[in-house]
Amino acid sequence: MRRTCYAYPYLVWMVIFIVVPLFLLLFYTFTVNTAEGIRFTLEHIKRIWEPIYLMVLLRSILLALICTVVCLLIGYPVALILSSKEYSQNRVLAMLFVIPMWINFLVRTYAWMSLLGKNGVIDMVMNFLRLPSIQLLYTDQAVVLGMVYNFLPFMVLPIYSVLAKMDKSIIEAAQDLGADYITVLKRVIIPLSLPGVISGITMVFMPAVTTFIISRLLGGGQYILIGNLIEQQFIVVGDWNFGSAISFVLMVIILITMGIMRKYDKEYEGGAIW
Amino acid sequence: MVGRVIKRIYLYLIFLFLYAPIIMLVVYSFNESRSMGRWSGFTLKWYAELFKDTEVMRALYNTLAIAILSAIIATVIGTAAAIGIHEMKRIKKAIVMNLTYLPVINPDIVTGVSLMLLFVFTKPFTGMGLGFFTMLLAHITFNIPYVILSVMPKLKQLDKHIYEAALDLGATPFYALRKIIIPQIMPGIVTGLLLAFTLSIDDFVISFFTTGSGISNIAIYVYSMARRGINPKINALSTIMFVTVLALLIVVNTRMSRDNPKAKEGVR
Amino acid sequence: MKKVFKIFGLIFIALIVGGVFAGCGAAPKAQLKVYNWGDYIDETVIEEFEEKYNVEVVYDTFATNEEMYVKVKGGGADYDVAIPSDYMIERMIKEDMLEKIDFNNVPNYKYIDERFKNLPYDPNNEYSVPYMWGTVGILYNKKLVDEPVDSWQILWDEKYKKQILMLDSSRDSIGVALKMLGYSLNTRNMDELEEAKEALIRQKPLVLSYVGDEVKDAMISGQAALAVVWSGDAIYTRRENPDLDYVVPKEGSNMWIDAMVILKGTKNKKLAEQFINFMCEPEIAFKNTDYIGYSTPHTEAKKMLDPEIANDRTAYPTDEDLENCEVFEALTDIIKEYDRVWTEVKAAR
Repeated sequence: MRRTCYAYPYLVWMVIFIVVPLFLLLFYTFTVNTAEGIRFTLEHIKRIWEPIYLMVLLRSILLALICTVVCLLIGYPVALILSSKEYSQNRVLAMLFVIPMWINFLVRTYAWMSLLGKNGVIDMVMNFLRLPSIQLLYTDQAVVLGMVYNFLPFMVLPIYSVLAKMDKSIIEAAQDLGADYITVLKRVIIPLSLPGVISGITMVFMPAVTTFIISRLLGGGQYILIGNLIEQQFIVVGDWNFGSAISFVLMVIILITMGIMRKYDKEYEGGAIW
Repeated sequence: MVGRVIKRIYLYLIFLFLYAPIIMLVVYSFNESRSMGRWSGFTLKWYAELFKDTEVMRALYNTLAIAILSAIIATVIGTAAAIGIHEMKRIKKAIVMNLTYLPVINPDIVTGVSLMLLFVFTKPFTGMGLGFFTMLLAHITFNIPYVILSVMPKLKQLDKHIYEAALDLGATPFYALRKIIIPQIMPGIVTGLLLAFTLSIDDFVISFFTTGSGISNIAIYVYSMARRGINPKINALSTIMFVTVLALLIVVNTRMSRDNPKAKEGVR
Repeated sequence: MKKVFKIFGLIFIALIVGGVFAGCGAAPKAQLKVYNWGDYIDETVIEEFEEKYNVEVVYDTFATNEEMYVKVKGGGADYDVAIPSDYMIERMIKEDMLEKIDFNNVPNYKYIDERFKNLPYDPNNEYSVPYMWGTVGILYNKKLVDEPVDSWQILWDEKYKKQILMLDSSRDSIGVALKMLGYSLNTRNMDELEEAKEALIRQKPLVLSYVGDEVKDAMISGQAALAVVWSGDAIYTRRENPDLDYVVPKEGSNMWIDAMVILKGTKNKKLAEQFINFMCEPEIAFKNTDYIGYSTPHTEAKKMLDPEIANDRTAYPTDEDLENCEVFEALTDIIKEYDRVWTEVKAAR
């Protein structure tokens, strides 16, 4: 019996709730409503190639990359620590990671604004310690901080779940053969945890490209991201064709980017464009 | 020895980072002033207002119900899906996985509006308008990919040979699945469940467009207040939720460590 | 672990059972569905209405006019009464999304101030009844700004670099720039729009942030010296921080009105009209303006206000203040241009 049949319920679900809406998206992307009726067009996609929109796209991808890298750098050690001898006992510690995310996003972000702003808590602490005032709010750093804050659990948890039940005998074997901790880390642990890392990167990078509320609240709305642009098209302008076109282009770009990254994952565990 | 101290400090710093805003909002739930811009005195009035507000209570019920239901259902479907996809041939697997990524890549507005259109178009055939059920369906849809992404790495980590050995020893495939595979991928399943629940409990855009009249959730309730400024009774609600979950965790933790004094596994 | 599953299973079942029971057993009373901004009504008013007319009110909230519009237009909403803003009402009238109100059922309409009737968005007063109103102006901190504030020009003053907060909304900010240049904020003239764009890009280095509703906390805690705000927010922030003052600049500004409308296809038209009439009862209108803190268009409710509030120029500006104020028009044909201008402003380095 092929185990693939376990996926059938999902495949049905996928067709109804992902593929059909996808066709809707494609419909809006490639058609235009003229007086004569509906016809096929590439004009919406062509509009995106204006330098201003490309710049917005690039900036969003760059920001998402920075956020992902920071999440990885901060999150991997956390996953290591959580799965290490002292803490592996404590199953609930991992849950403590997710709980802040159960509080409403706006409320959390407003709290960050209170912390980071002029006359905010951090500012007051700095003054108290006779250190110079730092304006953290409305800076790019604040945006990265906010994004990392929201995406960190999505990086930590998959890596942790892979590290938690890692085959200890391999590590012991490496140590018996004389490897120190750094080598064990580099040669054994990290490669073995790669599937978890890739999942983490996927779950952070992809949604990060289209997040925009954090940059608006913490960054001062000084720049516009692709998420803003798409939302504006759908909500304010009512140009669903252009909005869909931008989403479509974004989708293609990201899938290709992920596909390139999958080259590192030889068994295509995550799937790729090729 | 030093290693242990460093680990502890690092963890504490991370937790400080994670909980700093939470502490802020707890403190401000007792603030006399409605604004988070200044502190003007201690009061419990926001808690009182919270309990008088039936809208919030109803929204809370919907939020929790949908989060729990969609997380569980998404985990079941998603885990089964991951197991199935793991065995697929390369092309089929690539197609399925790329389609799976779509709800993760697409901005919420696109997912929300397209699902709304889907539900509205099918209303004549299913006789069902927007409401609790459609919101539930939407939540399950965006949760499943995260479950799949959480379970897949564990499947990859699996040692195929144990499964095959079980079959050789006479186990049915289903029995082998239950007793061998599932326990091994359990951390991934739990991660998927947690992440799905987390995503559901605080979703605004998709919920807004896929719900019907009379059904609201906490996120919709809060975002709708944005123009007027968030009423601190939301801070009060968040505080109560947070304290409740923390208390539950402490209870579960003490019970688990009582049952399990010796299991000491781990990477190092 | 097994225990955890058992607990989850129980919760699961409890929720489903609870949900089922909540659904049945509710006596089929007539229902009225109302769609309003969040936290924009005194909740006891709803209860009073329910009691008086023996109906159940289903009350939902939305965050912006545009989201409400997409939901209603897309067929995803079946509300009876909604409370959108002026330009959105104009658009909904044009797109035949509203029912004409039978004013025989809304006698309390007589209490609405004449100034809010016959406005461009509903010229013959057929579709809407005003609910709350206000202006857009400059909120400034008297301790940080020691000169008189009476013009939009001050927001372009180098002296206040990084101390200015602008609104993160295309029409509001472009509108401010247009007014500063002396043009209409409903202009269809591309050259005027380009000028406004240049002005906004010029201003960008001086702007601390483009904010939404966080502007209130920001001004209360003294993060900035000047901000563009709605009068309702000005009323609230001035109460919290007495150092703040508000002015409607002499070039003119935007006057906004949120009004009650009846959505097309409603099955409860008479009840909807009764609701609107109820909201225009002097006592009820007073309760709402008292709770929300915004300015009421209801003459009797205004009389019941604390004289300090009724004479507050922020809440109730003089005719002179309002002379050059315009109401937003729905610019559906050229909104794309406004959006392009806004994108260029936001994307500019």
